[in-house]
Amino acid sequence: MSLIEIKNLHATVDGNAILKGIDLTIEPGEVHAIMGPNGSGKSTLSYVIAGREGYEVTEGDILFDGKSILEMETDERAIAGIFLAFQYPVEIPGVANTTFLKAAVNARRKAAGEAEVDAMQFLKLLREKTKLLGVTDEMLKRAVNVGFSGGEKKRNEILQMAVLEPRFAVLDETDSGLDIDALRIVADGVNALRGPERSMLVITHYQRLLDYIVPDKVHVLAKGRIVASGGKELAQELESTGYAGYADTEAA
Amino acid sequence: MVGTAETLEQVQALEDRKYKYGFVTDIEMERAPKGLSEETIRFISAKKGEPDWMLEWRLKAYRHWLTMEEPDWAKLGYPPIDYQDAYYYAAPKSKDDKPKSLDEVDPELLATYEKLGIPLQEQKWLAGVAVDAVFDSVSVATTYKKKLEEKGIIFCSISEALRDHGDLVRQYIGSVVPYSDNFFATLNCAVFTDGSFVYIPKGVRCPMELSTYFRINASETGQFERTLIIADEGSYVSYLEGCTAPQRDENQLHAAVVELVALDDAEIKYSTVQNWYPGDENGVGGIYNFVTKRAACRGRNSKVAWTQVETGSAITWKYPSCILQGDNSVGEFYSVAITNNRQQADTGTKMIHIGKNTRSTIISKGISAGRANNTYRGLVKIMPKAENARNYTQCDSLLIGSKCGAHTVPYIEQRNPTAKVEHEATTAKISEDQLFYCQQRGLSEEDAVSVIVNGFCKEVMKELPMEFAVEAQKLIGISLEGSVG
Repeated sequence: MSLIEIKNLHATVDGNAILKGIDLTIEPGEVHAIMGPNGSGKSTLSYVIAGREGYEVTEGDILFDGKSILEMETDERAIAGIFLAFQYPVEIPGVANTTFLKAAVNARRKAAGEAEVDAMQFLKLLREKTKLLGVTDEMLKRAVNVGFSGGEKKRNEILQMAVLEPRFAVLDETDSGLDIDALRIVADGVNALRGPERSMLVITHYQRLLDYIVPDKVHVLAKGRIVASGGKELAQELESTGYAGYADTEAA
Repeated sequence: MVGTAETLEQVQALEDRKYKYGFVTDIEMERAPKGLSEETIRFISAKKGEPDWMLEWRLKAYRHWLTMEEPDWAKLGYPPIDYQDAYYYAAPKSKDDKPKSLDEVDPELLATYEKLGIPLQEQKWLAGVAVDAVFDSVSVATTYKKKLEEKGIIFCSISEALRDHGDLVRQYIGSVVPYSDNFFATLNCAVFTDGSFVYIPKGVRCPMELSTYFRINASETGQFERTLIIADEGSYVSYLEGCTAPQRDENQLHAAVVELVALDDAEIKYSTVQNWYPGDENGVGGIYNFVTKRAACRGRNSKVAWTQVETGSAITWKYPSCILQGDNSVGEFYSVAITNNRQQADTGTKMIHIGKNTRSTIISKGISAGRANNTYRGLVKIMPKAENARNYTQCDSLLIGSKCGAHTVPYIEQRNPTAKVEHEATTAKISEDQLFYCQQRGLSEEDAVSVIVNGFCKEVMKELPMEFAVEAQKLIGISLEGSVG
């Protein structure tokens, strides 16, 4: 069974139609990339999958494990295994990174009817995951994303993903604001999390990220629809031709 | 854990009374006539077997009170209080007046107890249900009391102190909050029924956090409580007041007075979790809490820190203050005030700098949800002789939803040019971005609010003693349940 199946998805924000019939199927273990110009609906798609308030599905469906998730709350979807790495990670003053991660882990354990995670055990788990991403103990003690550089914020998102072990992760412009070194660290972190059971949807404006996170499939999103799909070579093609060729397809 | 000890205490207290008066039925008939008069005050004083000077003081306060008007400057709205339509002495309360079982108690309150993990017997006690004293009478308190006595520390009810340490009480009572201070404090002077007394001798560091939980006869003194703490030269004490579990009380009007005295090089930490019944979501039945708390940093290098977490009561009127008299003395005020539904809080502090090099810090976090109103009101006063005095004030308000209010009213009086006063204030709303981010990580909406608000309050929470802080964190989440969405 496909892990994610998006069928004829239409969605509006503040009454404006943004997604106009998206079809997308992702099998377990696959990494898909969605590319597209600004305003094509990339971030909207990620919010609709995550179930953000104000993003209204007007037609179509999203199936996760063959079941519709449209009636599920944001936190229910998260606990079911859907993760969104934010383009702009949000600051939560006064809440230590570790505390926040522990709360997220405990929410999952609670839902599974398990006891809260043991503090020492949790710290051990964190240490394992942080090594890979170059996240320092000092970063763990700091308040969530407060005073973090752009690179630190993105590393922090991937750290959360590593700890929460989702089955489906949407990476929303994870490359934005990163220099080449930071990009490499983040991409290595993401690649380490690839596995036969875990699928990812990598949203990006530039092909650059896909040199590091090599996708199984690439889709081009323009004006709320997927207008082209192909293998990783599609991304390279786009790099040379740009999105101009897709800009007018909406009229069709 | 603390709660269980408390239950034992309360039960112990009942046992003690029974023992003292012989018959339970006798106690139940002890009640002053309704209303406030010199007779009522004489009755209270006689019941407590107080010395004459105490009675005279009470009467002086009462006569003065008759000339006073209830203050109306706070940003609070409530129907007029009929002071003649209340009992001022009825202890312990008759079983007939109490709910017979938990079935008669507000289910919301019970749900909260459930969430805090409070044992059933204790739930009954907190909700004011008549309980029979059937517990193991080996009291934790006895052990603690012995340990304190070894150090020469006095920790008892103020009634006991009047009896056994009359001179000490006479020397200090009313020396920080005079009998004529304000309408509610003056009323308290006239009719206070009980409270705590603490004396820490010279050079002694109190070996444990003192809490009303560990004081015998702590029950049912909520209405007009009077507390006096004296830290003699070079001593230290940390005192905990209150309880995270919501407490119900038949008496709607509460007017407590707390006086702290710190002599040379002494330090007092006073931490409060106030969680009196706030009323239902329409504000019906909540406690009116008019409290006067003041500390005198009388000695050189003395220090007093007030830390409060205010989540309960329908109305909170409370300004824990420090008079920084001794040179180099330090006053601190850390406050979290949460109001939800129809709750109203007008709270803050006064820092009066008199001595040289006196320093004060004020950190206030106000959180408003529902249709609640939350006001910070503070005064920083630098007297002419307070050379090099320093104050730092930070007032942050957090709004949840669009029907609540946050207000900040800082007064600053600067009468010495060498002094430095800083004031910062912010107002923020919990952002939809923050909620979404937390929920996307799997937190329920309520847990998300709790995490965000606890982060907002962190600077204050870290001032609380450890075991108190953990419970207070939980409490913050619970107080704000249903505030979003």
